[in-house]
Amino acid sequence: MSELPLSATASDAALQAAPATKARGYWATVGRRIMRDKVSMACALVLLLIFLSAILAPWLGLEDPYKGSMIRRLRHIGTTGYPLGTDELGRDMLARLIYGGRLSLVIGILPVILAFCIGTSLGIIAGYVGGKLNTAIMRTVDVFYAFPSVLLAIAISGALGAGILNSIVALTIVFVPQITRVAESVTTGVRNMDFVEAARASGAGAFTIMRVHILGNVLGAIFVYATSLISVSMILAAGLSFLGLGTKPPEPEWGLMLNTLRTAIYVNPWVAALPGAMIFAVSICFNLLSDGLRSAMDIRN
Amino acid sequence: MLAYTARRIVYVVPIVISVALVCFLLVHITPGDPLVAVLPADASQELAAQLRAAYGFDRPLPVQFGLWLLRALHGDLGNSIATGRPVLAEVMRAVGNTVTLAIAAAIIGFTMGVLLGLIAGYFRETWVDKVATSFAIAGVSVPHYWLGMLLVIIFSVQLNWLPAVGAGPSGSNSWAWDWAHLKYLVLPAITTSVIPMGIVTRTVRALTGDILSQDFVEALRAKGLRETGVFRHVIKNAAPTALAVMGLQLGYMLGGSILIETVFSWPGSGFLLNSAIFQRDLPLLQGTILILALFFVFLNLLVDIAQAAIDPRIKRG
Repeated sequence: MSELPLSATASDAALQAAPATKARGYWATVGRRIMRDKVSMACALVLLLIFLSAILAPWLGLEDPYKGSMIRRLRHIGTTGYPLGTDELGRDMLARLIYGGRLSLVIGILPVILAFCIGTSLGIIAGYVGGKLNTAIMRTVDVFYAFPSVLLAIAISGALGAGILNSIVALTIVFVPQITRVAESVTTGVRNMDFVEAARASGAGAFTIMRVHILGNVLGAIFVYATSLISVSMILAAGLSFLGLGTKPPEPEWGLMLNTLRTAIYVNPWVAALPGAMIFAVSICFNLLSDGLRSAMDIRN
Repeated sequence: MLAYTARRIVYVVPIVISVALVCFLLVHITPGDPLVAVLPADASQELAAQLRAAYGFDRPLPVQFGLWLLRALHGDLGNSIATGRPVLAEVMRAVGNTVTLAIAAAIIGFTMGVLLGLIAGYFRETWVDKVATSFAIAGVSVPHYWLGMLLVIIFSVQLNWLPAVGAGPSGSNSWAWDWAHLKYLVLPAITTSVIPMGIVTRTVRALTGDILSQDFVEALRAKGLRETGVFRHVIKNAAPTALAVMGLQLGYMLGGSILIETVFSWPGSGFLLNSAIFQRDLPLLQGTILILALFFVFLNLLVDIAQAAIDPRIKRG
């Protein structure tokens, strides 16, 4: 494959994911294709902005997101000094929305990352080793498929009790079976291919084969699937907080803010709706980006 | 067909038992003593031990599970700690409201989804397709509890057209199919319908596109079949998969209604689950989750059987 011009991000991704020289060409192509997709790039830009402002929040010269005031409660959008108004305790909404990104993004994305690591390992082991181990892992996965994911998330975090850690655990448990199933099915697809046979014949151990030969070839498909889960995870994580099962006040977090502002919809409805718009923006951007990545990786077209 | 149905039903048994096991264990992963809700704060050691024995908490876990399962099979899921009434009756009463909501949402979401999907799949890569696809993406990405709030803000707070919360005028205890009740259903049903709408649109669009690109469609057109006739073939071929997706979505609506029911104070199973969680009413929590999960399992079973009935290829697989 001819050498393609690489951007910094594309070559990074390629280096991380490349198991062999041939695959590097593939990832470079994928990177180039996604860079040309306007929708994906716009979403990436929006997400980058939200992430950066959340990380850099303390240095942006914002109001204190915890400091309320009884005399300036529920100011409207566009009030001087409070461009996005104030919440039910008189706290600056702009500051709370930006600071809120810190917790919201962590509790939304971390479960998918954890589930990606656990699910990929379980799925590859089940798919490669096969036999009784496969049956044991995959039948356990089937049990979790018998629950609608929202119900499962709420059941687990309801049983464990409210808290950020518990909601991350609950969501991770929801996503592990889904990723395991995808990882298992792609692994069974490549298990009997010639290059795996060749590695086995040249004396490679099961662990080496799984780590080098299988992982490199299935990671892309699992990764795309995992990125499509981030959108669901963001909505569910904020939803748990919205129910009072996640973050606790006075922490700024979009789901919790939406819940506490719910009583204010008769006074200042549009300020009350703002945190949901943030969840929506992040969720739709991840969805579109995941779609873009999927079609960029489908080289046949 | 009968053999397939029987096989599929047998396959459900281990799933049902494992689902029951998960629900049973849920209560045992809860931090703290399961008796905490019924035990007075100043209870003596003997009283605690007595109650533990009365509830059977002193026996080994597998025995407790066996006894619990046996009672559950007889329809006894224990009594709610908060109200003292039998859990099964409480849950079934609430499930009725959730089913009403899910069916209303399914009618809206599935009709819209199938229409948008067919149009988008037929006019692929045109602006019509782009509009339909954008709708679908927005539908699956929107936090539905927030959409519910927005609808309340627009239609209840600003326009004052529809009620914001509840499931009927005050004083009405049961659901009825008249406008006085129906206007309470409109906003929750629309809110619930957006996710299935998006998913059905995407599925039907992909199916339609795939089917239209197959050779037999070319042949149908070549022999002079009108486009409406071609469309009938598309629908027939897309039906099994589309139905399976819809069945699954109906299950998600039944089981995942807690957020929307909380926003609209809709007195369904999700609302019940919410109060069970916050009152630490563990038997009610356990029972609600069990019933909802069983609904989901049986709905999946029905979908599989219906799918096999429509598409004979599935039985052989």
